[in-house]
Amino acid sequence: MTSLGTFIEIFLQALIAGILIGAIYGLMCVGLGIIFGVMRVINFAQGEFLMLGMYFTFYLVVGFNMLSFLGPVVGPYTGALLAGPALFAVGYVLHRFLISRVTGVSVAGTEGEGHYAQLILTLGLALVLQNGGLILFGSTPQSVRTPLSARAWEIPLLYDANASLFLNKARAVAGVVSVVVAVALYWLINRSRLGKTLRAAADNAAAAIYMGIDVDRAYRIAFGIGIGITAIAGGLVATYNPFQPYIGLDFVIIMYAGVVLGGMGSILGAFWGGMTIGLVQQLSTLVLPTQLQNAAIFVVFLLIVMVRPQGLFGRATERV
Amino acid sequence: MRARRKLIAPLLVIAIVAMAWIGLGMIVTNSYYQLMLTLVPIWAVMGLSWNLLSGYTGLISFGHAAFFGLGAYTVTIALVQFDITPWIGIPLGMVVGTVAGIVIGYPTFRLRGHYFALSMLAYPMALLYVFVWLGYQEVPLPMKREAPGFYMQFSDYRVYIALAVGLLVVSLLISLAVERSRFGMSLTAIKQNEPAAEAAGIDTLAWKMRAIMLSGAVAAAAGGLYAVVLLVVTPDSVFGMLTSAQALIVALFGGVGTLWGPLIGAAILIPLSETLQAQLGDVIPGIQGVVYGIAIILVVLLAPEGIFWRVRDRLQRSQAAGAAPMTPVAPPIAALAPGQASSRNRRPILAVSGISKSFGGLRAVVNASFEVADGEIVGIIGPNGAGKTTLFNLLNGFLAADGGKVVFAGRELIGLKPNRICRLGIGRTFQVVRAFPRLSVLNNVVVGAYATTTNDPDAFAAASAALAQVGLIGRSDAIAGGLTNKELRLMELARALAGRPRLLLMDEPLAGLASQEIEDMLVVIRALAAQGMTVVIIEHTMRAMVRLAERFVVLDHGAILAVGQPSEIINDEGVIEAYLGKKWAAIRARG
Repeated sequence: MTSLGTFIEIFLQALIAGILIGAIYGLMCVGLGIIFGVMRVINFAQGEFLMLGMYFTFYLVVGFNMLSFLGPVVGPYTGALLAGPALFAVGYVLHRFLISRVTGVSVAGTEGEGHYAQLILTLGLALVLQNGGLILFGSTPQSVRTPLSARAWEIPLLYDANASLFLNKARAVAGVVSVVVAVALYWLINRSRLGKTLRAAADNAAAAIYMGIDVDRAYRIAFGIGIGITAIAGGLVATYNPFQPYIGLDFVIIMYAGVVLGGMGSILGAFWGGMTIGLVQQLSTLVLPTQLQNAAIFVVFLLIVMVRPQGLFGRATERV
Repeated sequence: MRARRKLIAPLLVIAIVAMAWIGLGMIVTNSYYQLMLTLVPIWAVMGLSWNLLSGYTGLISFGHAAFFGLGAYTVTIALVQFDITPWIGIPLGMVVGTVAGIVIGYPTFRLRGHYFALSMLAYPMALLYVFVWLGYQEVPLPMKREAPGFYMQFSDYRVYIALAVGLLVVSLLISLAVERSRFGMSLTAIKQNEPAAEAAGIDTLAWKMRAIMLSGAVAAAAGGLYAVVLLVVTPDSVFGMLTSAQALIVALFGGVGTLWGPLIGAAILIPLSETLQAQLGDVIPGIQGVVYGIAIILVVLLAPEGIFWRVRDRLQRSQAAGAAPMTPVAPPIAALAPGQASSRNRRPILAVSGISKSFGGLRAVVNASFEVADGEIVGIIGPNGAGKTTLFNLLNGFLAADGGKVVFAGRELIGLKPNRICRLGIGRTFQVVRAFPRLSVLNNVVVGAYATTTNDPDAFAAASAALAQVGLIGRSDAIAGGLTNKELRLMELARALAGRPRLLLMDEPLAGLASQEIEDMLVVIRALAAQGMTVVIIEHTMRAMVRLAERFVVLDHGAILAVGQPSEIINDEGVIEAYLGKKWAAIRARG
């Protein structure tokens, strides 16, 4: 076996891991992207909603064991999907009573269009959820283990009888579910009446109001959907990754990197942005020590923002 | 002199706070309260550091932990590995903080708003992982029993309190000096309207760089002292999210853009959360974060600018109730007879040759060439979307031309930044007035006067003269946000004039004015021209323009359609076709 062969094997292994993780990152980025795309609001607490999605799945599946009738494999994934509607409701209510105070039609035209207040408010929300999570859930790392977590498919490589790729089943299923959810959302936004409303509100809020669209309601729904989608991604991550209440911080930068990379405001772009971040993270392990994996993401993020703030898949719109 | 008297009150307050704090430190014997008396000033310093950058410029930093952590680790590594005392380590850390400010600021200031805030978050996070990787997981500061004083290790805790208060006093004095100088005023102008500040001759990048360097040094000093006091440093405690958040929270809670804000915020929040942590931390871990979170949510909802401003606004409102001063606008004192000297035989002051600008597929300005003679009034007309404002943006440096040359008074302008172009003598006003809405009229204009003056009395004198020139001197103390449209346009004109330009670019100065107001504005512009000012005006009000301009440049689809005297232009078939319309031809025929 040649060293080149070994390198190709390691490279393919990292590539596959990157694509699977990238699909899940893509889904969480889509959640954040829809909030930014429709409302132009930076939600700092998005990572904490991901964390809440994890704990929702955990309590549903492990804590209260409510989905045992679905079996040990289907149960956890159903739990993750149910985190969507549950956190949608949370997001909808939060927007109604909190976020709407500093966003939307009411702040248009004020200094910085209320961005200042939005960043601070969602940062406060993040702190409350993180530390409130610590109080409620405790600091012990939890996980939603499925029989798939420790199993892998072995894919033989044709050129060498001794080499093969391992595909963790939990990650593979989570990746596939992510793609399915993202496609379903894409269909909803582009084909349905609700999607049209959201896109109208995103494109020109004032014009949408004149056309009789309830823009504030559209914002509430968009916020709820964004939170729900990210929560589903959180539930999926929980099936292969242990978590604690502070885990949101690890993901919030990943999400922003993906959304910025995809061009803020583009839902499809956000998915590809998240996919790219997943690939960068996994492929960076080929050359960097694992402790610097996350540092690599930050550096890539900074480079993207500096060099191409409109994203790889977006267009420049800033005007003096 | 007024300024000097104004300084005495804050200096007195700083002295009283410092004495009271040290006095309190002398009385308290409980070591836990002593620690808190040390931590409050340290976090207040951190808040002041955040305020220096983000409070005054409005660019929110989520990453001040980067500077704090670098300061803390510089002190620690200097002591552990090189046996350098913190007395030198802290100043060393400040140097590192300043350099970090340069390294972080230079690329990051290209970004605005959300992007700036998010990028700043990435720096301490990346540093955190790097320091973990380097193996500095948990570094204790070694005890130096042989020479404790030399290594800043005191058995008497009151010395630490005094040190922290000393650092606080220095930081307060730095903030005060910034706030009361053109440094602070320039940052405030940047916060309220960055393009306007740049066009008024403020070198926005240079001021922002100075702010982040100073801010980085102050935060690093706070971090260094923090390491000395706590005697152990971990990446999470100094680079962590909570450190950045704490800097921002104490400043926001107390009040943004004022030196008292961080002090008030730290004095209330730090004891509150530390006490909660100590009393309930074992039972309810995370209570500190919850309290912080709730505190800033409440502040954003109830007092978005912080407690200090809320209280001050309330006090001022009760004082000002009843007496609402109304100063009418004085008539323009510079109302001279319209002077329309011949433009022949005058040398060109501005020569534009072949400049172009495209946005993607849209060719906004195509190969435009024209000259403006010294002392001339030139009108630029053309249909909406003809590229008139884009042309101005190319001339004053907001946009980089794709090709061509612009020569002003013998100097090539292409590639220069707006503030340079302003200081070379080109003033500009905007289609939609770009004011600094929360500054007074006088201060708005003073910002424009910084371009050509070196000291503050000169700047104020130049600003007052410019205000007199446009007839707005009676409104000097009014807040710009409350002016009428006409007053705003005059104020913006005064701001441009305060930089003593030779050429004035005016973008639709008559837009939205009533007919009498248009007449007043015309009088002011003519008076300027009579004093030798060269004026280039974009305007749609043809009736006024025909009486004002000596020559027209007609733009259509980005290209120059015609150049000539008003009488030629208004009879030009091509111009009537493209812009004026058949109705205009009919009016001309009747007249």
